[in-house]
Amino acid sequence: MEVWKIVAEQTELEVKKLDFYYGGRVHALKDISLPVYKNSITALIGPSGCGKTTLLRCFNRMHDLYPGNRYEGEILFKDQNILSQDIDLIDLRSRIGMVFQKPTPFPMSIFDNITYGLKLKGLSNRSELAERVERALTHAALWTEVKDKLSASAFDLSGGQQQRLVIARALAVEPEVLLFDEPTSALDPISTSKIEELAVQLKNEVTIIIVTHNMQQAARISDWTGFMMLGDLIEFGKTDRIFTNPSEKLTEDYITGRFG
Amino acid sequence: MTRQQIRKIENTAALWMSALAALTGLFWLVFILGDVLVHGIGALTPDLFTQDPAPPGVEGGGLRNAFVGQLMITAAATLIGVPVGVLGGTFLAEYARGRKIAKLISILSDIMVSVPSIVIGTFIYAVMVRPLGHFNGWAGAAALAIIMIPVVLRTTEDMLTLVPWTLREAAFALGAPYYKVIIQIVYRGAAAGILTGILLSIARVAGETAPLLFTSFNNSFFSINMNEPVASLTVTIFQYAMGPYESWHSQAWAASLVVTLFILALTIIGRLIVKWRFGK
Repeated sequence: MEVWKIVAEQTELEVKKLDFYYGGRVHALKDISLPVYKNSITALIGPSGCGKTTLLRCFNRMHDLYPGNRYEGEILFKDQNILSQDIDLIDLRSRIGMVFQKPTPFPMSIFDNITYGLKLKGLSNRSELAERVERALTHAALWTEVKDKLSASAFDLSGGQQQRLVIARALAVEPEVLLFDEPTSALDPISTSKIEELAVQLKNEVTIIIVTHNMQQAARISDWTGFMMLGDLIEFGKTDRIFTNPSEKLTEDYITGRFG
Repeated sequence: MTRQQIRKIENTAALWMSALAALTGLFWLVFILGDVLVHGIGALTPDLFTQDPAPPGVEGGGLRNAFVGQLMITAAATLIGVPVGVLGGTFLAEYARGRKIAKLISILSDIMVSVPSIVIGTFIYAVMVRPLGHFNGWAGAAALAIIMIPVVLRTTEDMLTLVPWTLREAAFALGAPYYKVIIQIVYRGAAAGILTGILLSIARVAGETAPLLFTSFNNSFFSINMNEPVASLTVTIFQYAMGPYESWHSQAWAASLVVTLFILALTIIGRLIVKWRFGK
């Protein structure tokens, strides 16, 4: 019996027997089941092509943008199957935010970047927007650096600042879950540690799922770890147990650097 | 001779040949521009812009009718051609991205770009002039619009394709519907490129004569009625240059200078936008 089934923690998301097919043919995720606990960081690790990003992109239905992709199984979010056809994707994506590998600032000012998601939700009151911008930027540990140049182009920021801006943009709409897709792989070590600190702080307010190639990063910041290979979830459990006492041979081989 | 010496000689030869080719092109360009400037500047008087043509053989008069007509035809062509081109390019780059239909339309519009403009003129003659029984300004605008559309469409498609796909995903991930992603994010990212394409396509049609000969034809009188024949600078240049009067010749030179400067200005603005936006 795995430990996580005994521990009485509140689940935010529950993946149940999930299968995913790219273009209707490539079987990219095979019978995945795992819980995602509220106010914790869940890391998905595994060699390239193992399906960890594919799994992450199921949570906000990013795969729906491309024709022919097909899900089977369920992902429960507040007792609702978010893979169901009649889910409102616009609503879902404002509740489950995403941060990408490369910073993706929009071609507009810092202020307008942050308010973009809020305006989509119909917020237009100028003073309320300004307040939300300050709160989001403060949360993302960027406020002091940009408070005097909110109308400057977002492209004027450094890569690490852009990534924090994107996190602030995602936080501004007050999501319940944040998905991080290798958020630091394009950043220098100092920016990386800032993002990591930020993630740990943020878990008081949001549930975080992070895909990472960097095993030290997973070990440093996550509470739960899922190890994936070739579309299978090999092992899932508390991070310190996975890294110190994995129950699967494959997991052990991977984290000790024998392959991948 | 050693291999190295042979290479050196080959290198020098290649350098000189390409330099010579560049200079040949440049020589004629400077020659033409200089000639237009020298001949045109003399007749470039305020009367040229404010007076309508004097009766044949009579000194004086101007080309007000042609300037206004040219502006009307070009503006109408832009109003028709730009929306169609931009929306078509958007369809290809966004909604039909990667599909066979997009590839097909791209190839067809590449072919359209190289169709001789006189062919487009005769086509419009057959569908918009013959049935009505008389030349008209709208036909001229339609002919120019047909020349513009593939240029604008392909530039728009290329510029939208250059906008990184992850930027769209980032907007989708915030819950934006596709049309808002296109208008608020993608167009913004590609604005400078699309605008440049539009300016260059206007510059391209502003110098066209052949498609107008069969469509809007010419009008010696001032007219802003697009249902009637409308004068244009390029057709006027053609007619005046062929005419027997010395005053016509100098006015044709002046009109050539104005058209050239107009196109030059549009091209420079286009380049400046590119430099300002992408140069950094």
